[in-house]
Amino acid sequence: MICKKIVLHFPRRLVDQPIVYKLVKEFDLQFNILKASVTPQEEGLMVLELSGKKENYALGMEYLQSCGVKVQPLSQDITCNEEKCTNCGVCVPICPTDALYVDTKSRKIIFDSKKCIACELCVKICPPRAMEVRF
Amino acid sequence: MKTIKEINEKIKKGEAVVVTAEEIIELVDKKGLKKAAQEVDVVTTGTFGPMCSSGAYFNIGHSKPRIKLGGGVCKFNDVPLYTGFAAVDVYLGATAVPDDDPRNKVFPGEFKYGGGHVIQELVAGKDVRLEATAYGTDCYPRKRLETYINLKDLNEAVLFNIRNCYQNYNVAVNLSDKTIYTYMGMLKPQIGNANYCSAGQLSPLLKDPCYKTIGIGTKIFLGGGIGYVAWQGTQHNPATKRKDNGVPNAPAGTIAVIGDLKQMKAEWLVGTSMLGYGVTLTVGIGVPIPVLGEETIRYAAAKDEEIYTQIVDYSESYPQMVPGSLGEVNYAQLKTGKIIVQGKEVPTGNLSSYSRAREIAEELKSWIKKGDFLLTEPVVPLPGAESGYAFKPLKERPINYKEI
Repeated sequence: MICKKIVLHFPRRLVDQPIVYKLVKEFDLQFNILKASVTPQEEGLMVLELSGKKENYALGMEYLQSCGVKVQPLSQDITCNEEKCTNCGVCVPICPTDALYVDTKSRKIIFDSKKCIACELCVKICPPRAMEVRF
Repeated sequence: MKTIKEINEKIKKGEAVVVTAEEIIELVDKKGLKKAAQEVDVVTTGTFGPMCSSGAYFNIGHSKPRIKLGGGVCKFNDVPLYTGFAAVDVYLGATAVPDDDPRNKVFPGEFKYGGGHVIQELVAGKDVRLEATAYGTDCYPRKRLETYINLKDLNEAVLFNIRNCYQNYNVAVNLSDKTIYTYMGMLKPQIGNANYCSAGQLSPLLKDPCYKTIGIGTKIFLGGGIGYVAWQGTQHNPATKRKDNGVPNAPAGTIAVIGDLKQMKAEWLVGTSMLGYGVTLTVGIGVPIPVLGEETIRYAAAKDEEIYTQIVDYSESYPQMVPGSLGEVNYAQLKTGKIIVQGKEVPTGNLSSYSRAREIAEELKSWIKKGDFLLTEPVVPLPGAESGYAFKPLKERPINYKEI
């Protein structure tokens, strides 16, 4: 079994295609939609947690790429700009997955990107706006 | 008993024993009050949090031909300043936003840029765009001015914050069914989170709770440079209830602070955006406490678990000026990341950076140890609990338009 959080970028010509459905039907993959947005006339974006058998997962990825969907691991997309972060911690209770937490010794704020589901709740509430999105 | 003069002699010789407000706690635990009072000369404190009643005044120098900004309009990077002074003196408030900022029209407003950000950029040495219009007089004929300015070229640039460094602050929660956006951050419905804003056992006025050493004229760490306590801050409220250790258990004293902006650092004056609320400035302040005797040490060694504050509802109680607390917690509880409010376990978040407060206390300690920073005798103490000084609400009276 494999389970990964990924970001899919759909080009404009693909936004009306049932691509995620095929991941389930043909590759037996399970998905959990963490975020989805489609702007008319523009590209679509979907953040998925995708799990299934390793070989099926690989075939699913191949399928996505053959359709022209750009796949990217999630962890690159939300970053903490450490120059801007003041280590206050107001983001900590807002984060639904505990990806942001206080180190009890240094009292600094740690961002664990592996736990991040890119809900972006922290982005706008960060007082020095240190949490950055790069989709 | 020691005097500030004696302590300064030791600082000059490089012999002063300086510890932070965290280190003094350990030292007292280990050696007791008496021994600690004999050994230690200065305790350094620190705090780094959003402080809205901040701002800076500038004298931009006279243009050729002259312009009188007084009574006119002046903006730095589109952020309006107060011009009600003489020709080229202006004051920039931390919470000012550009006229064309949508504010809360699309709720919650983002408030990406304002006075606090301009102050940070100026301190960082960046050029800022000045735009001004004036009505023109015989002696000040010019009506328009557009130019870049830079902090180093201005005559005076003085940070002058009329209320900073709150002695204790509320823990904010939301009892309502919808998310609210406050100066205490985003508060999730039904007590979804609890936000507080204090460095607790490192915070300056919590370590000298009865203002025995901090007073008008006290030299401090301000925005990475040197500043002074100018006055008690607005809303100074020394009559707040106190615990037996003298520490108020709700917001109490405040200080007004002043210092030359040109020697400050951008990392200690940070432009800050509060979603749905506005912009402000996060200010770094550190106050040295001279150890005059055992009493000073007893106060300075107050621990997080001995410093209490009130949990306040920001959906109804705070906005409607309804007094009342949902309970009392101490900073040790808040720092665990979870508190219990009305039987519910609630995650906590601090708006004030404890790690940066610690850095300030360490920095100030190093300045004093090096002999660079001497302590000052306060000129006048801050009004204390017995002074009768009070924080009053506004008394509104109807205006009789017929008589005008």
